[in-house]
Amino acid sequence: MGRKLLLEHINVPGINTFEVYREKGGYRAVEKSLKTMSPEDVVEEVKKSGLRGRGGAGFPTGMKWSFLAKPEGKPRYLVCNGDESEPGTFKDRYLMTHIPHALIEGMIVSSFALGANTSYIYLRGEMMPQIRILEKAIAEAKNAGFLGKNILGSGYDLELYVQPGGGAYICGEETALIESLEGKRGNPRIKPPFPAISGLYNCPTVVNNVESIAATVPIINDGGDEYAKIGIGRSTGTKLISASGNLNKPGVYEIELGVTVEEFIYSDEYCGGIANGKRLKAVVAGGSSVPILPANLILKTINNESRLMTYESLADGGFATGTMLGSGGFIAYDEDQCIVRNTWNFSRFYHHESCGQCSPCREGTGWMEKVLHRLEYGHGKLSDIDLLVDVSKKIEGNTICPLGDAAAWPVASAIRHFRDEFEWHVTQPQEAVSRNYGLANYADPLPKVEKVAAN
Amino acid sequence: MLKLSDTEEVIFSPELITKFNEIVSRYPEGKQKSALLPILHLVQAEYSWLSATAMDKVADYLDIKPIEVYEVATFYTMFFLKPLGKYVLEVCRTGPCHIVGADKIMKHIEQKLGVKEGEVTEDGLFSWRGVECLAACGMAPVLQIGPEYTYYENLTEVKVDELIDSLRSKTATKPENS
Repeated sequence: MGRKLLLEHINVPGINTFEVYREKGGYRAVEKSLKTMSPEDVVEEVKKSGLRGRGGAGFPTGMKWSFLAKPEGKPRYLVCNGDESEPGTFKDRYLMTHIPHALIEGMIVSSFALGANTSYIYLRGEMMPQIRILEKAIAEAKNAGFLGKNILGSGYDLELYVQPGGGAYICGEETALIESLEGKRGNPRIKPPFPAISGLYNCPTVVNNVESIAATVPIINDGGDEYAKIGIGRSTGTKLISASGNLNKPGVYEIELGVTVEEFIYSDEYCGGIANGKRLKAVVAGGSSVPILPANLILKTINNESRLMTYESLADGGFATGTMLGSGGFIAYDEDQCIVRNTWNFSRFYHHESCGQCSPCREGTGWMEKVLHRLEYGHGKLSDIDLLVDVSKKIEGNTICPLGDAAAWPVASAIRHFRDEFEWHVTQPQEAVSRNYGLANYADPLPKVEKVAAN
Repeated sequence: MLKLSDTEEVIFSPELITKFNEIVSRYPEGKQKSALLPILHLVQAEYSWLSATAMDKVADYLDIKPIEVYEVATFYTMFFLKPLGKYVLEVCRTGPCHIVGADKIMKHIEQKLGVKEGEVTEDGLFSWRGVECLAACGMAPVLQIGPEYTYYENLTEVKVDELIDSLRSKTATKPENS
């Protein structure tokens, strides 16, 4: 069994309440940091831990913190990013629902480290139940003297508020989130200036994912060095993985970074294999934005090494044969899933969620959706496949925020690895609307079972 | 579509104004516009949709221009700009829900309610629509119902029937206040 740092007490009855959370050692990190450490010490521990942003980008959290400007007379803000809208990702909702105090405690420690006296937790608007849960947890913590004025006699003041969004994927992008928190449309800002210099209300601001903030609690409790002992190389600590799709046991799992993908999919400790006795066709390993990989490439790298659940191993081979850990949204596809249909579905998502500021994204996502729709419904041409690649390349890197890239990658990677399935939709349109292509010839590393030939 | 012809007068109750005031107090002096999204959620929970007159009232309250409210209300998909049913069943249609049967669930809801996406049943009780990822992919397929945004997870056609029937009977036993 891997070590659990965030979900250790998930099954303890009443762990959502302050009393039980406290009994289980909760709020020790607040006591330790506020009573025995300076804000700089806290930043230093987080740096030592090697913690990388758990929202998707994987940028080192401690380094992000150290960029925060500290001009005289200006407030600084910590904003927690709980927008969690990346398809395939549901770990933050799970954590906040069951152990809300883990986030509240992390917010206090992190706000102290950054010198923020007012901090906001921004949740997607659909998380109204979680907003109530967090507001109750905040009231409990305040009642116990862990929030408000002069916390634990340290002289440090902190107020914590929860803010709802309105149902917009783009608000997971940190500058769009800040705009939204200011009561505006979620249009990402042009950078620089980065939020660390000019963020919320033009003040220095740090935006961190829910899981990143919660992870500061075990880091402060046990020390950054202890945290860094878990994992492999620059992938330190534990990570919450949201597992969904055609799995026997979908759900949220806390893994030590470094377990193999094969163990994660097939072992009983985690997903328990593919549902209904079917075979694995493909995996999206880090949320819908990251490149989809066929089963053979997700289980083994191109060098025939076991693929590990780490930032580096999943990225091994670049986009040619690798992918990304992203937000840890792990979606498994069985042999009956249609890659063209799935790609069309994702394209519709990105078209719907594009904020519309940048033409390549606003128009390009729409075109990709349309072309994929006609391929899926048997009206495509062979030239459409290269057209899609062309459009995706013209979006990638040409937009203010990474939504453009996020829309382009799934399309480009699906064609890269499953071109024969796209071509089949063009050459056999009648068949393509009546049945699925099944396993691509190269998609499954396991011994082949007799199947009807595709063509 | 924004129903600008809507002229029904909107007066926020003192209880609602108290809630607005508490929300505004969370932000620094002069940054009351930050309260816009939370307030729109409260207004929608109260009136079940955002009419132009209601949005104008919000603009008045926050001392911002009406367009600043409209542009936000039209950007975020959770805000309804026309009246929908009392219960709006919002079914996740994205990737992970899609591959485990979201389409089937939506088709079933359409048949069961007898209305198309975005329409309202004759009794005014139900509307339904597909929405993008609800962050509950491990419990797919999933749908939500506002204003509390309760999630109904691991949906089957039978569960959808039970849900719709229970909402119907709940309303039948509790007469509406007009």
